[in-house]
Amino acid sequence: MDILIQQVVSGLATGGIYGSVALALVMIYEATDIVNFAQGQMAVVSTYIAWSLLNAGAPYWAAFLATLAISFVGGLLLERIVIRPVEGAPVLTVVIVCIGLLVILNSVLGWIYSYIQKPFPSPFPDRPIRIGNVYFGAHDVGALAITVLVLVALYAFFRFTTLGLAMRAAAQNPASSRLCGIRVGWMLAIGWGLASLIGAVAGMMVAPIVTLDPNMMAGILIYAFASATLGGFTSPGGAVLGGLIVGVIENLVGTYVHFIGTELKLTVALAVILIVLLVRPSGLFGRAAVHRV
Amino acid sequence: MALLEVRDLEAQYGWTKVLHGLSFAVEEGGITTILGANGAGKTTTLRAVCGMVKTRGEVRFDGRAIAGRATEDLVRLGIAHVPEGRGTFVNLTVEENLRLGAYARAGRGSLADDLQAAYRYFPVLAERKRQLAGTLSGGEQQMLAVARGLMLRPKLLLLDEPSLGLAPLVVREIFRIVRTINQEQRVSVLLVEQNAAMALRLADRAYLMETGRMVMSGSASELREHDTVRRAYLGY
Amino acid sequence: MPSRALRLGLVVVLAGAMVLPFVVTNFRLFQCAQVFIYAIALLGLNILIGYNGQFSLGHSAFYALGAYTTAIMIDQWSVPYGWTIPVAGLLCLIAGFLFGIPALRLEGLYLALATFALALAVPQILKYFEHWTGGSQGIVLSKPAAPKGVPLNPDQWLYFLTLFVLLVLLVLARNLLAGRTGRAIVAIRDNPIAAQAMGVNTALYKSLTFGVSAAYTGIAGALSALVIAFVAPDAFDVFLSITFLSGIVIGGLASISGAIFGALFIQFVPNWAQDISKAAPWAIYGVFLIGFMYVMPRGIAGAVRLGAARWWRRRAEPS
Ligand SMILES: Nc1ncnc2c1ncn2[C@@H]1O[C@H](COP(=O)(O)OP(=O)(O)OP(=O)(O)O)[C@@H](O)[C@H]1O
Ligand SMILES: [Mg+2]
Repeated sequence: MDILIQQVVSGLATGGIYGSVALALVMIYEATDIVNFAQGQMAVVSTYIAWSLLNAGAPYWAAFLATLAISFVGGLLLERIVIRPVEGAPVLTVVIVCIGLLVILNSVLGWIYSYIQKPFPSPFPDRPIRIGNVYFGAHDVGALAITVLVLVALYAFFRFTTLGLAMRAAAQNPASSRLCGIRVGWMLAIGWGLASLIGAVAGMMVAPIVTLDPNMMAGILIYAFASATLGGFTSPGGAVLGGLIVGVIENLVGTYVHFIGTELKLTVALAVILIVLLVRPSGLFGRAAVHRV
Repeated sequence: MALLEVRDLEAQYGWTKVLHGLSFAVEEGGITTILGANGAGKTTTLRAVCGMVKTRGEVRFDGRAIAGRATEDLVRLGIAHVPEGRGTFVNLTVEENLRLGAYARAGRGSLADDLQAAYRYFPVLAERKRQLAGTLSGGEQQMLAVARGLMLRPKLLLLDEPSLGLAPLVVREIFRIVRTINQEQRVSVLLVEQNAAMALRLADRAYLMETGRMVMSGSASELREHDTVRRAYLGY
Repeated sequence: MPSRALRLGLVVVLAGAMVLPFVVTNFRLFQCAQVFIYAIALLGLNILIGYNGQFSLGHSAFYALGAYTTAIMIDQWSVPYGWTIPVAGLLCLIAGFLFGIPALRLEGLYLALATFALALAVPQILKYFEHWTGGSQGIVLSKPAAPKGVPLNPDQWLYFLTLFVLLVLLVLARNLLAGRTGRAIVAIRDNPIAAQAMGVNTALYKSLTFGVSAAYTGIAGALSALVIAFVAPDAFDVFLSITFLSGIVIGGLASISGAIFGALFIQFVPNWAQDISKAAPWAIYGVFLIGFMYVMPRGIAGAVRLGAARWWRRRAEPS
């Protein structure tokens, strides 16, 4: 029982990270119908920025905040510079541009930092936290807390600020938004900036667990994709919940179903999701697509 | 001087030209209507004024040349466009829709006051302010669209067929409110309509449009008396 | 009429393709055979995505199935290689059709995820059945020689073989897509409900399209096993699927010639990138990818079509 609780919490911690990246994907998908395949790679870039700042002697939380700021601006600029020229092109064209971006970022990171794995520090103590008879990894708990904090802040931003409202409007109905004076292109860019910021948090929280290398997020992007699909690509909250579910399933499958082992864990997790999808094709929380003749 | 003055306006979608050099004006403080059959180009005219389609020609608003400017900038000059089909943000609440209407004038005047005013004109919206706008009835959505336009505190309100698909009683109600707004807030109105009888009763100046050209203009009462208009558009 | 110019151009290209094996190096011939093989795979994927509107990130799985079918049949049972190609095609047709049935319930992204999972699973499954597949070591084959009496070296022979298969499959695809079936396939993409209302059995057509698409890709995989004379699990990972996807978008969605343009791109551009920068070749590749999309958002075939239309319009105008 204790092990179960422990595994669930640790699953929630990684699940929160999957959920964050899934949320980043959903935010951009909702606004533009594009799955940003470069989302994970952008998060790795952010994590390397944090690594460089830490290596230069910056205190952890200063480096953390600076990375968030740089990631936001970086994501915003990427949208304006790289994505904007294909605004209005067929969706797959934009997806290919995202893939190109992924390939470039990955290659440039490898070139600058090499593909050797680098340890990345956790801001939380090494000693596990004990509650009752159960021990929790401090990083697991801390990462979960930070993820939740970011998500709550984001929720408040979209729910209560005028800018957040305008971004939601621009994603739903660009033509009407323009008639309200909203600069839709900039809303998209800010969306990219926020998605990049969320990815940065996810990257910095996952790097202490998996160690940092240019391909760090490849697997996580897959899980995030699965989470978003599971939760429903049209539901931000669903994406986060989907991430938590995937994280827990993955951990439990790894712990209790021995013959599967780590190699096939991913496949099994995906298989579970597929079965769910066959029952509910638009995800657990997504809106069913409306068909019009 | 006219608040909005349009001269030799042309517009096209892709390769097809839809407006062939038309001219009209909207007087300050007045209600002007453009009548015309389906496909005459009324919607396109409003879109052209707002920079939503490719255009050529001269458009002056408040003495300024505005042709070719971005829609978002025109909104900031005080042009509120209530589009055909209402442009409701269906997944946002009624109140959020209204707040968006005031987006471009953020900082100027109190949002709360304007919400109050909007709810005073359209009490039914006040009852539904927490409801998703997509769940409103067609008439309520049209009221929401007009109210959203008002939230800008516009100088000019462009209304595209507010009567579309609504029961006569609801249309009369909306038109009554438009007149009140016009009188109380000194908002000039450009109304595009197929429902000629209603529009001519509301407006003081009128234009008749056919296949991308203005074919007649005059005071609303003149057009009402005109034989062609009577036969073709009023049906008596 | 442009069609006469087109036919003339085709004849010239074909004649060139016939002479080529006798003037260039074997390595170049190997590369050309690769292009033909990719073109077959892209054609298959394009039938599915471009014409039918079903998304797949899983075609590396069918490519692998085709390749391993050929490799195992030759390696374990010494079947003559010629027979393995139709068998690979048939197997993939069935596999694709069967996969297409549950896929009916999924749309857009959800189908993308399902196929993506398939692509991810394949290398691991291949490693799991080590007895047949040779595990991570893969299977080494020997390049098939030309039949007795044909004075060609193996590379020349494979060049002609792959070219022949490509031409046959091109013509088949063209006929399929130009006819009633093709109209139904496209109607399903553009308006599934209307297609259904007009009496098209959308479920059957969608699964069948999936099958045909998989068969094309499987045949390409089978040929690749012969040309490379080696199969190993990691060659068939999800990046191969992404490469195929890039290939059809760069080449041009819903166009047959697009498959060939796309194949040229995915075969040669990585090499050029390598020549330009040894340090970060994939960065260069990415720049090419993005650059192409900027200049030709509808792919090379789309740009050619647009250019040709302009040219004809200008010619048609009296000067
Ligand atoms: N987006 C578009 N693309 C191409 N053609 C268009 C587009 N919108 C309108 N048109 C064409 O432009 C012409 C004028 O259309 P418009 O919508 O301005 O007419 P309207 O007077 O508003 O008609 P209605 O009373 O039916 O709303 C029509 O022939 C229409 O087919
Ligand atoms: Mg109209």
